[in-house]
Amino acid sequence: MKRAILGAVAALALSTAALAEDMKMAVTTSFHNSGLSDILLPAIKQDLGLEVQLLVVGTGQAIRLGEAGDVDAILVHSRKAEDKFLAGGYGTHRREIMYNDFVFIGPKSDEAAIATATAATDALQKIAGAKAPFVSRGDDSGTHKKELSLWSTAGLDAAAFDGWYNAVGAGMGAALNTASGMNAYIMSDRASWLNFGNKGDLALLYSGDPVLFNQYAYLPVNPAKHPHVKTELAAKLEGWLVSDKAKALINAYTINGETLFVFNAKP
Amino acid sequence: MTDLWDGLSRAFFLLVSLDADLVEITLRSLRVTLTALLIASLIALPFGALLAVRRFRFRRTTIAVLNALMGLPPVVVGLIVYVFLSRSGPFGVFGLLFTPTAMIIAQIIIIVPLIASIAHQALRELWSDYHDLLISMNTTHIQRIQTLLWDGRRALLTAALAGFGRAIGEVGAIMVVGGNIDHHTRVLTTAIALETGKGEFAMALALGFILIGLAILVNIAIHWLTQTEREGRW
Repeated sequence: MKRAILGAVAALALSTAALAEDMKMAVTTSFHNSGLSDILLPAIKQDLGLEVQLLVVGTGQAIRLGEAGDVDAILVHSRKAEDKFLAGGYGTHRREIMYNDFVFIGPKSDEAAIATATAATDALQKIAGAKAPFVSRGDDSGTHKKELSLWSTAGLDAAAFDGWYNAVGAGMGAALNTASGMNAYIMSDRASWLNFGNKGDLALLYSGDPVLFNQYAYLPVNPAKHPHVKTELAAKLEGWLVSDKAKALINAYTINGETLFVFNAKP
Repeated sequence: MTDLWDGLSRAFFLLVSLDADLVEITLRSLRVTLTALLIASLIALPFGALLAVRRFRFRRTTIAVLNALMGLPPVVVGLIVYVFLSRSGPFGVFGLLFTPTAMIIAQIIIIVPLIASIAHQALRELWSDYHDLLISMNTTHIQRIQTLLWDGRRALLTAALAGFGRAIGEVGAIMVVGGNIDHHTRVLTTAIALETGKGEFAMALALGFILIGLAILVNIAIHWLTQTEREGRW
């Protein structure tokens, strides 16, 4: 009996994962939290026999992983960072896949009255004017960069804000948890918000300004920089991501009857 | 508070239905941590014994450093291992980053100082009892270490179990070097962090209860296998 158990433990320790065709892709938390990856990955596996291993990180870290050659491709949403990535020669090209949008979340009481805002920048000015508690991602992610650029478009300097502005330095879910605990305003992508389980007293207060649209792009890592990357598999995946099959799956994906992503890849 | 009850009942249903994902990540947790524990023990236990029987120049410094390293912050270990294993790092060619092997390496580094320190403390006491006998029998260093390791096995078990406890509950390092990839490097602790991030507190708590239960089970199993705390023995 004893020997059998020890043997089982040893077998458990020594068994290695089965070898299959696989590649690593860094994606943003907002993409993964939306739940869309749970729809796409099984379909990719079925159609291409390819296992895509997702590293769910912020855009900042995703770009770093691509630069170091630790992943084969990245799927992110921050145009400036993407252009810098390409300019550095780390990626072969940039392919737009789809977009979703950002929304403003806040306490149901809405003390800054952003529900009546005329534009995204107007909403931010109202929050700053009321000095209402605001939670920022503060982690150099695509969402964080977007938020900072909106503040500066609104004519405000996020670095100069005092106590009401909280940069938590965490992912979308963790930041939403913080906002829920503090009853604070926060900017989130729509998908993460709809899938979030701890809404507490928060509600979606403002959305719809075209400036809040959020373009996702697929960038394969450049094999000239990192010869070991699986360029062929990355190309195969890109072909699938822009196919009609992907288009149907992405456009049909809804949470509580709300469409989240709009496919806009050019064939 | 309702989250706590939801968590408990969710944990119960996951266990009763033997949820496939749960079984998978639980087995992976066990595989990674037990492998790390085995290798770390092979390094740390003889090292602890060596520190007890041998007198050398920097022995005190070594012991002090070892004790200090017991408190190594896992996330720093994770980052250092990450930098070494990254494709642009010195060991990048092996392609080990974001694999269970990388997680095992990180856990070994975290628990070796802990196991070695506790082993050294326990064997030091034993050595003061055995010192005259073993010296008078004209034994070699190897023989002395072997004797200490065998006769001190109960205390060494405690050292190993402390290492197991630290490794199985660790999340900072394996999150960085493993990447929490579904069906590949996701283990119980990283899954808990993920569910917390999604605001799914009940699910996170359910996994937490299962993790605690697992730690208790493994400890009981090891005590039973080595027959400690039984009538007529201790």
